[in-house]
Amino acid sequence: MRPKLSLLSPDLIERIIDEGMQLLMDPGVRVHNEEALRLLEEAGAAVDRTTQVARIPEAIVRRALATAPPAFDLYSLDGEPVVHYGGDAVHFDPGSAGVAILDSATQTQRPPVTADFVRFIKLAEMLPQIDAQSTAMVCRDVPEEIGDLYRLYLVLSYSRKPIVTGAFRKDTFWVMRDLLAAVAGGEEALAARPIAIFDVCPSPPLLWSDLTCQNLIDCARSSIPAELVSMPLAGATAPVTLAGAVVQHTAECLSGVTICQLARPGAPIVWGGSPAAFDMREGTPPMGDVGTWMIDCAYAEVGKALNLPTHAYLGMSDAKVVDAQCGLESAGGTLLAALAGINMVSGAGMMDFESCLSYEKLVIDAEIIGMAKRLIAGIEAREDPIALTVMRRLGHRADYLAEPHTLRWFAKELYIASPVIDRGSLDSWERKGRKTAFDRARERAEQLVAAYRPAGLADDVRRELRRITVAAARGFGMDELPPLPEG
Amino acid sequence: MENDLLSLIKTTLIDGDPERTATLVQQALSEGLAPLAIVEQGLVPGMTVVGDRFASGEYFLPQLVIAARCMQAAMDILQPELLRRQEAVARAGTVVIGTVKGDIHEIGKNLVATMLSAAGFQVFDLGVNVPGEQFVEKVRETGAQILGLSALLTTTMTEQREVIAALEQAGLRDRVKVIIGGAPVNQRWAESIGADGYAEDAVGAVALARRLLGR
Repeated sequence: MRPKLSLLSPDLIERIIDEGMQLLMDPGVRVHNEEALRLLEEAGAAVDRTTQVARIPEAIVRRALATAPPAFDLYSLDGEPVVHYGGDAVHFDPGSAGVAILDSATQTQRPPVTADFVRFIKLAEMLPQIDAQSTAMVCRDVPEEIGDLYRLYLVLSYSRKPIVTGAFRKDTFWVMRDLLAAVAGGEEALAARPIAIFDVCPSPPLLWSDLTCQNLIDCARSSIPAELVSMPLAGATAPVTLAGAVVQHTAECLSGVTICQLARPGAPIVWGGSPAAFDMREGTPPMGDVGTWMIDCAYAEVGKALNLPTHAYLGMSDAKVVDAQCGLESAGGTLLAALAGINMVSGAGMMDFESCLSYEKLVIDAEIIGMAKRLIAGIEAREDPIALTVMRRLGHRADYLAEPHTLRWFAKELYIASPVIDRGSLDSWERKGRKTAFDRARERAEQLVAAYRPAGLADDVRRELRRITVAAARGFGMDELPPLPEG
Repeated sequence: MENDLLSLIKTTLIDGDPERTATLVQQALSEGLAPLAIVEQGLVPGMTVVGDRFASGEYFLPQLVIAARCMQAAMDILQPELLRRQEAVARAGTVVIGTVKGDIHEIGKNLVATMLSAAGFQVFDLGVNVPGEQFVEKVRETGAQILGLSALLTTTMTEQREVIAALEQAGLRDRVKVIIGGAPVNQRWAESIGADGYAEDAVGAVALARRLLGR
């Protein structure tokens, strides 16, 4: 039996969806994008050009929900469907678009450069618990204007896993699309077997900015999957009640699904988000708060009720170093996300809200993810009878270690943690130098990065990626890209 | 040099199938392969691979223990044959082992006994809740070079000291190396009670026993 978390009664889900629908009529959605307003108007929404508010009748939204696919796959660069968006499948990728890296030696934050992000990509590539890459860092050593596409260029150069990404501008989306097509073998191949998904973020409350709305439309038209990242901040930019925050999330996501499906019916779209319960002492958006986790898991239930694939930013911490708070917050969010059956859970390796990435945290989070995946695999009988045969054979002898039954099942039944998790005796821990989890994670990160083998991109594809990226960089006054680290 | 059947015995031991190991060893004998060759070119190289894989983290305790059981199953068949031919696999040494009086925990002790015997030691396992005089008697009877004392509880670890005292009283202390193990036990404790050695785990215990006997 697959264990499942449920926070909302069917009745409450219905009321949340109903209020979400009503919000789209009154007060409506602010849409700062001409093309989206036109699409909505043509479909029958009442659009006020002065205020740029669209009032969207439920019938239009329902039509959009009917054409949105309930499931789709993301492919590895080897052409394997390794991430399934849909149902209760659960996958994990690192947190996205960090602006800092936690320096391993000093445990202080600094802006990341190319070498940092490449190291992070290699590490994520080597961790089997991590299902997809994210364009996790914005590198400081290239112009800001190409920050989004440059990080995609780096991931494509070093990884075979699918990618969760996003554009920071309207024009760079097309460069990113070209990069993906170059690797996938053309635009049609990319549409047939998508290797990346784009985050598109409405702004709370009920606003689609020009940029993010255009990204949403362009994704739909290019058959590139998009992930709605609605982020109500309960008590600040959204109602403080958890259910109220979920209502706002529902309305924003419903409007996103509608714009997406009007741009191209059948375009893959994901019910995602990054909400938070506002911290009433510090005035910050804590990602490690239980209220945040509850809003996430609740909106995922709403998305499932609407038969849409789901996503959430969970498994992050607000801690500034990899400490006890970091571990407890990451574990809480990760375990709940798995139990909630959220298709893509973004956040591994991320801390200090959503700003900083840490190699050591990524390595520790991979263990949490391993445990979470084991948890939702549930408990099975495995054999019939369950234990009678083996227990009667052994009688009262405690000799199970030598049993073929143990050999047959132990690796399937037990999650076997890496040495990052200390389970040795006090003596052995002292003899090995009294290392903390951070020390052990730093060592494991070093080992994994050293064991990384090149991604195996064909030379002509590698050259084409470089050509596209250099051309974009020249447009913003950078003639030479930073040299790529080996591997 | 590489014989198909011998390499099959090696891989069967690595894969952890005691029954098939026994069958193959029987077959090797009936095909006229020398018992010593079976041990030295089949079983021992297999155990070495398993030990290496355990040390590197690829293998876990069940694979280690079941490989040791393959070794034992094979030796049960080979030992009479070796005796008949008046050959002997060089014994690494003789060990008496048990869990001390008042303590009925046996997993760790069993693991150490299994690994020692797979490493070529002759092991006399006295079981659990073993009184001091029984350890002393068995050491005297077997002429064992090593005595292994296991204790899992802080309340029973003191019994390890009592057994050492009993050995001294019986005049046997100089003839046997005492090694201790168990969750609450450590190197400091070993030193404080006058034991000859302590090991962290079963693999460490084998290395310790070899070291103490100068092998």
